[in-house]
Amino acid sequence: MIPCYMDLFYPEVGIATLELLEKLKVEVIYPADQTCCGQPMANSGCYEEARATEELFIKNFSGFDCIVTPSGSCTHHIRDKFTAAPDSPERRKVSASVYDLVEFLHDILKVREFPGTEFKHKVALHTSCSAIRGIGMASMSERVHDPKFSKPKQLLERVPGIEFVEFERPDECCGFGGSFAVTEEAVSAKMGYDKIGFMIKAGAEYLVSSDMSCLMHLQGCSSRLGKNLKILHIAQILNGVTQ
Amino acid sequence: MKIVDQAENAAEFIEDQTHEEHLDKLLWMLRVRRDEAASRVPEWEQLRDLASQIKEHTLSNLAHYLEMFESRAQANGVTVHWARDAHEHNQIVYQLLSERNVNELIKSKSMLTEECDTRKFLEERGILVSETDLGERIQQLDDQPPSHIVGPAWHKTEEDIARVFAKAYGSDEKKADPVYLAQVMRENTRPLIERARAGMTGCNFAVAETGAIVTVTNEGNADLSGNVPELRICSTGIEKIIPKTEDLAVFIRLLTRSATGNSITQYTSHFRAPRQNGEMHIILVDNGRSERLGMEKFWPSLKCIRCAACMNTCPVYRRSGGLSYGSTYMGPIGIILMPTFDSRRFSELPYASTLNGSCTNVCPVKINIHEQIYAWREVMEEKHQINLVKKAAMIMAGKVLSHPEVYRLATAATAASLKVLPHFALYNQLNAWGRHRDNPQPGKETFHTWYKKNRKQTPGLP
Amino acid sequence: MNTRDTILQKVRRNRPAFRELPAIPNFHSKPPVDLKKKFIAGLKELYGEVVTEPPADFGQFLKKKFPTARTICSAVPEYVGNKKPKDFARWADASCIDVTIVRSPLGVAETGSVLLSEEEFGVNTIGFLAHDIVILLDPAEIVEDIHDAYRHPHFQDQAYSLLMSGPSGSADIGGVTVHPAQGVMTLTVIFWPRAKTH
Repeated sequence: MIPCYMDLFYPEVGIATLELLEKLKVEVIYPADQTCCGQPMANSGCYEEARATEELFIKNFSGFDCIVTPSGSCTHHIRDKFTAAPDSPERRKVSASVYDLVEFLHDILKVREFPGTEFKHKVALHTSCSAIRGIGMASMSERVHDPKFSKPKQLLERVPGIEFVEFERPDECCGFGGSFAVTEEAVSAKMGYDKIGFMIKAGAEYLVSSDMSCLMHLQGCSSRLGKNLKILHIAQILNGVTQ
Repeated sequence: MKIVDQAENAAEFIEDQTHEEHLDKLLWMLRVRRDEAASRVPEWEQLRDLASQIKEHTLSNLAHYLEMFESRAQANGVTVHWARDAHEHNQIVYQLLSERNVNELIKSKSMLTEECDTRKFLEERGILVSETDLGERIQQLDDQPPSHIVGPAWHKTEEDIARVFAKAYGSDEKKADPVYLAQVMRENTRPLIERARAGMTGCNFAVAETGAIVTVTNEGNADLSGNVPELRICSTGIEKIIPKTEDLAVFIRLLTRSATGNSITQYTSHFRAPRQNGEMHIILVDNGRSERLGMEKFWPSLKCIRCAACMNTCPVYRRSGGLSYGSTYMGPIGIILMPTFDSRRFSELPYASTLNGSCTNVCPVKINIHEQIYAWREVMEEKHQINLVKKAAMIMAGKVLSHPEVYRLATAATAASLKVLPHFALYNQLNAWGRHRDNPQPGKETFHTWYKKNRKQTPGLP
Repeated sequence: MNTRDTILQKVRRNRPAFRELPAIPNFHSKPPVDLKKKFIAGLKELYGEVVTEPPADFGQFLKKKFPTARTICSAVPEYVGNKKPKDFARWADASCIDVTIVRSPLGVAETGSVLLSEEEFGVNTIGFLAHDIVILLDPAEIVEDIHDAYRHPHFQDQAYSLLMSGPSGSADIGGVTVHPAQGVMTLTVIFWPRAKTH
């Protein structure tokens, strides 16, 4: 599943995702009639408007063993908040079969090597709130006694040359928040500016994440600030992009 | 009353760089201190579970505990009053004072009295009310409501506070030193305390087993307000009840660590009976709580112990300032409480959130705050409280995204698609995204188009 | 229907499904910690002072520590001050006290707190309106944590009881705790075993 905004603005990330899965010998099908998971409407409380979109999603995807999407927020929505469409065995199957790309690679395929990849750069790794607190892809700073872990980091650590920079407030929200980015534009931008600031202070050359929505927002903030922080989705690095 | 435009208020606060940076730094420091304190208690998560369960048990049996509390308190020589709403509460307080010809009242911090606007009610009737909590006093002197439920004046810099005190007390405006300012407060408040014949405190916990009211302060001002005068009045929301003294320990261990990172406040005080030669009155206040108890998705908000850890961690609160919410309770807990007081006035608050979930994970009583914020959005939408322009955009988005052919057509003209996608559906406000950010650039072709060209196309839906 | 019954009726009608009250387990450290050491560390963090032995000459100790103190109110047999709690018929008058001396029946290692109540104070305000406070504590009466503290009978039978943790402070300006605020300026705990009574 390729999120709606990725289809439009970042097709290269969708392509990287597809190529990566194909390299790993996964049989990948892209249902042609997919549109969106319904999250934008549901997050605004507009369940009636989300319903038809979610029903379309179920129609498109209920026939598959695994639904993989390079988006933590879409995964969280489909897995845990897919309630605008009425309950049905198909809806439950879809919720139970969806995976974020990182989860799929780490937990299902258990990939531990990425041959032919290299990334000799300083990376600030950002993991979205949906990915951390929604679907548990990394430990959260609030729960101080939980063992520290990060699935995206564990995958990226396998790419030769990569160097992670430690920046302040590592899991503070970036400020995207869906329609929040527009309805609370000033706060959203300030949160983005602050995060860019912390990353640059730590010496980051690249900002990498498994969520393109966060990256879209942070890229917008970074270029407006005149910073040359480069943006990449994790799929692109794992697929062999070197810069 | 007008709908609170939190977003606009927040934008104004951010324009004021000094104050925004000051508040963001201060509160993040408290969040970090909270983390440090929690890491020194190995059983921290267990305590959170216990606290949540104790509160849920109590709320599921509240009438029983309220009656137990009342009868124990009465047996201790305390007079127990009941108030169904803010007005009734204020009337009771006024009556207690006027019956005894008392026209001065000292009080310690109580968010309940903010909720009931008690001070204004009493002042209109000729009672001089003096806040003894430093933060509340600063706000009282500056004629502003509290901006945070634990540190009412945290949004103010030391320079701001020096100015407020200089105006009210004639102290040195240039001396923006916290130690000096605390001394100024002490000198000016001590005479008020010494001559007071009536003192009012709030309540952090009310113990059903013993009929005791528990207050938690750093300054000892609840102890001063509650012990110096002969007449002691304690106001409490009915949800503050906990079953036994033994249960109190769990909350005391969690509260201050969550609020400021200290292990405990300087004064943890238990008022069970009147002082010698004194009277004690407890007012049990409903003001919407019994109603909230029946709300399937929202009753767990009644577990709140008013620690404000949610505010300190909330990235939106820290950049918006507490006054931006225009409400008694602010930040994440405010978003889920305030709509129960006025669903129209506070209809925009549930959108002042990125739903990131940090609040839920610092809450010592495990309120699922961000999930309740999400649920309130649906309520607002159903009640037609949602902004009309936004609603129109969502309807359009819903129509486009549920019809693949329409979606393909719309996105084929990629530049035009910016108007379609709900994330920036921008309700015709492309400008909003672009005010402080650069716009994303559409790719030369969509993924969908690329796939069609480069892979075998699977058949669409029948 | 009166307010009381209205509220109770509403609360009964709207009650969520019943849930059990949990049992609270024992959280004592294994292996056991040095309670005195932990108490001292906790109290120091909250800006209190600890004196680990009773002073040989208490009067001298007080003179040295509080050179300008005129009015010393003692509620303990270990020292005779020039004021006793019962001298303050009007509780607000305790404002004139420079130093209050009182004994606490219990210390809490977890937080550096001491338990005090109307029984120890006689007149509660000697604990807050005084300029400074000195608290005698038998180190054998230090318990490990807050759970232990709440088992003390004072919480069941005293009209007023308090866990006092360091001198009065405030974090209302800038979020950093400053001392003093409106209560006592300094707090000193002296480890002083109780005299054996026969």
